[in-house]
Amino acid sequence: MAAEEHGEGLAFHPMDQFIVRPLFGEGDVGVFTITNATLWMALSVLAIALLFIVGTRGRAIIPTRVQSIAELAYGFIHKMVEDVAGKEALTFFPYIFTVFLFIVFSNFLGLLPMAFTPTSHIAVTAVLAIGVFLTVTIVGFAKNGAGFLSLFWVSSAPLPLRPILALIEIISYFVRPVSHSIRLAGNMMAGHAVIKVFAAFAPLVLISTIGIAVTPLSIVAITAMYGLEILVAFIQAYVFTILTCVYLKDALHPHH
Amino acid sequence: MEGSIVQMGAYIGAGLACMGMGGAAVGVGNVAGNFLSGALRNPSAAAGQTATLFIGIAFAEALGIFSFLVALLLMFAV
Repeated sequence: MAAEEHGEGLAFHPMDQFIVRPLFGEGDVGVFTITNATLWMALSVLAIALLFIVGTRGRAIIPTRVQSIAELAYGFIHKMVEDVAGKEALTFFPYIFTVFLFIVFSNFLGLLPMAFTPTSHIAVTAVLAIGVFLTVTIVGFAKNGAGFLSLFWVSSAPLPLRPILALIEIISYFVRPVSHSIRLAGNMMAGHAVIKVFAAFAPLVLISTIGIAVTPLSIVAITAMYGLEILVAFIQAYVFTILTCVYLKDALHPHH
Repeated sequence: MEGSIVQMGAYIGAGLACMGMGGAAVGVGNVAGNFLSGALRNPSAAAGQTATLFIGIAFAEALGIFSFLVALLLMFAV
């Protein structure tokens, strides 16, 4: 590659943006170190608090712009929980709404240039997914007792097939937190890495004549990927939330 | 020498694992395409089924994400 011959251009690695660094000074990252991940998580919490404090302060009949955004988000998730998981699941609406807002704000703030995306780390999404998994399991046993185990016993299937299906259902139940967390982290990480790969090709025009063709292409590609990433940032938060609702429905009504 | 062969195997395996993403692409395309063909036959019922569409896409996509996970593990963990 021309850039490597000149020893510059591709000077950064596309995965460098995901390194967790201490915010103040250098050194190791411990449990209580304030890192860039901490900063951006705190910023998204602040942004959520700001949106809802400013949005609900006026409580006007004719909402202002900020109020209608807050109302839109509230109504959207409220309707989703009610439609997918049923009326009883509305007890868990505050939890689901919190998870959704945290993910959607982390995703969108992470799209700012030079920002850090907390949700691109499996550590962050795994905590969210394990929280959902434990909630669903505890609620399932608390509501139905041992009847929750009928989730794994597919009574609509022929009897000889049921033990095999039970095994598959149990495996798929325990894989849930894995796929739930990695879906979000993988989508965020992959999208940001692709943007950085194209960004590495963009300054090629400065060091090589081949860049005259490559640079406009990569700038167009960055713009297109960025547009796609805005869509993905919202859809992944939506998917995470709707799967939480689906799992909650299983816990509340385990009978097939 | 031995270590380098192990690393070569890990890199080849990571590349092979990426084939699974093609499978996920087929699956997601299948879900979305079938949803669209159903939605065009009965557009009035389509709006109520978008949640199901996204759940289907998410489950199809999960298996592609697993291949991505395998590739990442081979690249950075093995």
